[in-house]
Amino acid sequence: MDRRQAFDLAYLACAALFIFGLMRLASPRTAVRGNQLAAAAMGVIIAVTLWDSGAHNLTWIIAGAAIGGGIGAYSARAVKMTAMPQMVALFNGVGGGAAALIAFSEFHSAAQANINLPTNDVVSTLFSAVVGSVSFAGSMVAFGKLQELITGSPVTMPGQKVVNAALFLVVLALAVWQFAASQSEGLLAVTMVLALVLGVIMVMAIGGADMPVVISLLNSFTGLAAAATGFVLNNDALIIAGTLVGASGTLLTQMMGRAMNRSIANVVFGAFGTGGGQAAAAGPGGGQVRPTSADDVGVMLAYARRVVIVPGYGLAVAQAQHNVRELADQLQKRGVDVRYAIHPVAGRMPGHMNVLLAEADVPYTQLFEMDDINDEFARTDVVLVIGANDVVNPAAKNTPGSPIYGMPVLNVGDASAVVVLKRSMNTGFAGIENELFYEPKTTMLFGDAKDSIVNLTGAVKAV
Amino acid sequence: MTHELVLQITVLVLAAFVGFEVISKVPTTLHTPLMSGTNAIHGIVIVGAIIVVGRTDSLLIEVLGTIAVAFGAINVVGGFLVTDRMLNMFKQRPGEKRDDG
Repeated sequence: MDRRQAFDLAYLACAALFIFGLMRLASPRTAVRGNQLAAAAMGVIIAVTLWDSGAHNLTWIIAGAAIGGGIGAYSARAVKMTAMPQMVALFNGVGGGAAALIAFSEFHSAAQANINLPTNDVVSTLFSAVVGSVSFAGSMVAFGKLQELITGSPVTMPGQKVVNAALFLVVLALAVWQFAASQSEGLLAVTMVLALVLGVIMVMAIGGADMPVVISLLNSFTGLAAAATGFVLNNDALIIAGTLVGASGTLLTQMMGRAMNRSIANVVFGAFGTGGGQAAAAGPGGGQVRPTSADDVGVMLAYARRVVIVPGYGLAVAQAQHNVRELADQLQKRGVDVRYAIHPVAGRMPGHMNVLLAEADVPYTQLFEMDDINDEFARTDVVLVIGANDVVNPAAKNTPGSPIYGMPVLNVGDASAVVVLKRSMNTGFAGIENELFYEPKTTMLFGDAKDSIVNLTGAVKAV
Repeated sequence: MTHELVLQITVLVLAAFVGFEVISKVPTTLHTPLMSGTNAIHGIVIVGAIIVVGRTDSLLIEVLGTIAVAFGAINVVGGFLVTDRMLNMFKQRPGEKRDDG
């Protein structure tokens, strides 16, 4: 076995460890170890690569790794759990940027040495350059939107779809041209700049509420760009790892689409989710909402047998997850069965609400996925809907023609009573009226989610 | 098409199937850490960046490659650390176990 083969076997072992690590993510008990295993494998791969490449330009490499590693470590420690989607977007973007830069460097080196890259390498390089650039630019815009550095509303221009399509075709044509006719660095640079522009205008046109889907999609893009880099560098570990991420991103994107009952094309090109509109106090049937007070709800909760809490992004915005835990603790002390019903798209990315509640030390055994709790609402005394709207909207089941018709929702209407904690009567992200609020069994507790929950906890204690 | 390319495509296709299979087993509860964990894994492009810088003598490529190394390092280090931080929240700490849990 020569040196090359030994290195390749080491890479293969690490790729296997990635898969093993991901397998261990299937349970909260083994997940920490799984992630550490994958991280260790990454460490070994990097060490092997450094060894393989000799000491050439080591100073450059160490400088880059130290700066990047420092930034990464600091951000990972400092980031708030509510800001997780934009953190993932940022990490994803730099990954895509790295893939694009590598592709350009390979092209440049070949041009300098006056050699034509083999056909398949040209294809992989172009793919990696274009997809990496789109992913970088798109992720940065997604970061800006989620961090509220730029507006969360869709920013479109006249003829957006035509411009998108035209730009995409130009990028494609430029790529094909270089593949078929001449490899030129200048042209590649132009192609990459256009790909960056495409990434920006594509994501600018998508509303803030849809960013999680976009991030997941771009995550899979970056994975595929990494796999393409593996083809260029003849490195199986890159191919395997990149493809794993590509598959995972694709799957998660599909799942999210299904949870919102929308196709990916609709998310990317639909300019849906224009932000909350204003709604009149009178409902669809001319009904009125029934405001209630914290004291009344406190009594209701204290004497309930089972309470189900439905948290939405409004809870995260108010940073009220710890206060909810305190309220649940009080209720449990009184013997109330408290559960949390988590809709797949609650929060700002799939599973985001679970992370936020886990941060507040809510045991994951109290968190129930939609399919597991939907039949339990009929045996529930009180449902507390906190900062959630579209995921409890009965229109998804009853109103064909509603934009969210067909989206799986939580059947909170089956419970004996529903209390909705809400800041105002604004509609949700989808901008749709919610009939649930006008039902006879529903009462509304208006105000800031955090204040309302603190008041509720006080009211329960006083009972 | 070279034999090596065919082998690489084989690896890609098999990895895609493994990926779908493994990821579909992860519960919704852990989808956010899953996303950030897989996100960290594509930081493996840092390997490509190291190879590129490790064999060039052109200043332009040294600079671009080093930026790529830094980007990859942010992706890898940040991704794994933040995933670790999240997953640790899901651990049930001793003494905090509830009767109904």
